[in-house]
Amino acid sequence: MTAPQPSPTVHVVGASDAEESPDERRIQGRSPWVLAWGRLRRDRIAMISLGVIVLIVLIAIFAPVFTLLTGHGPNDQYRLTGLSPQGLPVAPNHEFWLGTDDLGRDILVRIAYGARISLLVGIVATVITVAIGVVVGIAAGYFGGVVDTLLARLVDVVLSVPFLLVAIALVSITGPSLTVVILVIGLFSWASVARIVRGQVLSLREREFVEAARSLGASDTRIMFVDVLPNVLAPVIVYTSLLVPVVILTEATLSFLSLGLPPPTADWGGMISEAVPYYQTSWWFVIFPGAALLITTLAFNLFGDGVRDAFDPRSERLLQQ
Amino acid sequence: MTTTSPAPAAPRAAQEEPLLRLTDVRKYFPVGSSRLWERDRAVVHAVDGVSLTVARGETLGLVGETGCGKSTLARCIARLYDLTSGEVWFDGQDISRLSRRRMRPVRRDVQMIFQDPYGSLNPHRRVGSIIGDPFAIHGIESRRSRRQAAQELMERVGLNPEHYNRFPAEFSGGQRQRIGLARALALRPKLIVCDEPVSALDVSIQAQIINLLADLQQEFGLTYVFISHDLSVVRHVSDRIAVMYLGKIVELAPTDELFELTRHPYTRSLLSALPAPDPDTADSRERIVLAGDVPNPTRPPSGCRFHPRCPKAHLDCAASEPPLLPVLGDGAEHPTACFYPLEPGEDLSLAVSEFAPAAERPRGGTGDTP
Ligand SMILES: Nc1ncnc2c1ncn2[C@@H]1O[C@H](COP(=O)(O)OP(=O)(O)O)[C@@H](O)[C@H]1O
Ligand SMILES: [Mg+2]
Repeated sequence: MTAPQPSPTVHVVGASDAEESPDERRIQGRSPWVLAWGRLRRDRIAMISLGVIVLIVLIAIFAPVFTLLTGHGPNDQYRLTGLSPQGLPVAPNHEFWLGTDDLGRDILVRIAYGARISLLVGIVATVITVAIGVVVGIAAGYFGGVVDTLLARLVDVVLSVPFLLVAIALVSITGPSLTVVILVIGLFSWASVARIVRGQVLSLREREFVEAARSLGASDTRIMFVDVLPNVLAPVIVYTSLLVPVVILTEATLSFLSLGLPPPTADWGGMISEAVPYYQTSWWFVIFPGAALLITTLAFNLFGDGVRDAFDPRSERLLQQ
Repeated sequence: MTTTSPAPAAPRAAQEEPLLRLTDVRKYFPVGSSRLWERDRAVVHAVDGVSLTVARGETLGLVGETGCGKSTLARCIARLYDLTSGEVWFDGQDISRLSRRRMRPVRRDVQMIFQDPYGSLNPHRRVGSIIGDPFAIHGIESRRSRRQAAQELMERVGLNPEHYNRFPAEFSGGQRQRIGLARALALRPKLIVCDEPVSALDVSIQAQIINLLADLQQEFGLTYVFISHDLSVVRHVSDRIAVMYLGKIVELAPTDELFELTRHPYTRSLLSALPAPDPDTADSRERIVLAGDVPNPTRPPSGCRFHPRCPKAHLDCAASEPPLLPVLGDGAEHPTACFYPLEPGEDLSLAVSEFAPAAERPRGGTGDTP
């Protein structure tokens, strides 16, 4: 399968037929992915967003560095320095750069560790969602008939189940945990992916290259994954890049409602919910985790918009110039 | 070749067994809603009782207007569709009811080239892997030799093997058709069904592809079923030509005979639309413009399906269907499905259909004009 990275372009000089244009001398083909990446690279906003996303990923990976810099662990409570004599959070100062929370913990360090949860859930749950959705959508679209009808009903059922109620019920049975959060999100979001993919496959199935594969004796599995799948990846990638911020927000919402990770885990949604009683006295307590969440989802959304534009055939001509 | 003794008939028959034999092939498509309680759903009679044979090494041309069922017939031959009824005998074996697994080895021998050079190649795959697909699917050749084999095929069909890693979008229409041809050739098939392989191409490119097809036929001993709506293209490549109208063969003859001794009015009307090869005779050539459109194949006309558009239809043409048999003393190799076939030299532009409204008849059988 074609990796969505740009492949090196090899120029061979001199080995050309008379009728070939200079462009014809390129031996290495440019895949549709490379072309889309080329368009994406020209999109300033998307590239800035990508930079922000990379920064957030680096913060998540190197969260312990913040502990080293400040000397504060994410769950360490500093009752003497981190709380005012009245027992309230302290404002940003030279020791606690972004202030402390109600238990005297360093908000900066907790935000850095919280990024790990947000990204982990955001990415893992999205991957599960997309994997289920793609497989179900391809099967429904490719086989049609009874398979399609059954899967379409399943999609209807999943889309009509009240998500939060089920989440609450599930958490009250199993107790809050990372696995439950990821599963709840993954199992409830795949249906829209399946719908998108099914629609695409319905028309792809009639294309002649699918018939060509069939006339060569290719198996259904091979046709679905070698011939059909690469052609539905573009809309799937667009949808995926727009799904990540939704999943991150959903995770924050679940944590805000105490359905997410159990305390004392540093988690943006949980931090915001802990900060709510203090919004009048300690603005930093709610503002900084909130800003982290906002910037992250905004970056993913803007990047997703750029990806969508890059795959839009109408912008094809931009690259020809 | 005539044997006087009837005893060794069996081995001779086996020897003469055509590579492909269709007997009464039918393919109907149900259309519209598929409600269970709807008993009589509309059915498209895309292919409606086609019987023909194709000998080894020959090219059978198949012509007819768009929508007459050529592609459907091609897909029936390649078993991309299951037949509604009838049989497809390939190389001495009825393949029309083979299971998917039993069909697999046959697929190596029967290949197809498609009309649309854009639609028939997966835009997301490199041409090298597209051409190597047949090897991968049938598990022949290792990964490395697959690449070499694909490059040899590219070279054979006139492509630069160094363009192995390119994507279909980076090739022209003619080059893409060559890619499709390379893929079809990979498994050294016996039969290639070419469904309008040049219809989407420029005229200058058409000739290149047709010449390539002819060269490959020589080199690999290929048999072709060559489909086109363009009689001038088919004439170029075919040993014999079958003319199709609304799912049926209406005339079948060796190429020269079809042009010189045209029997079916429909064939004649197709011929009259061709530019004359000799400018001197161009003026004397009749032009037959068929009345009306191709009828709806969900409800084909009664009797001879061509009768509503036929310039010399008689009333009884609507009553029963003409069989596909030799007419007017033609040989067995030239059957025609017509009750009133054309005599040599008959001028069809003077003919008058008995189904035409009386007012439109310039001189007719009614004769009540003074
Ligand atoms: N999959 C299908 N479902 C329903 N009708 C079809 C299908 N394929 C072809 N047809 C109909 O069958 C007839 C013959 O089509 P086709 O074989 O494509 O003709 P041609 O190749 O000669 O143009 C047309 O009327 C077409 O609409
Ligand atoms: Mg066709």
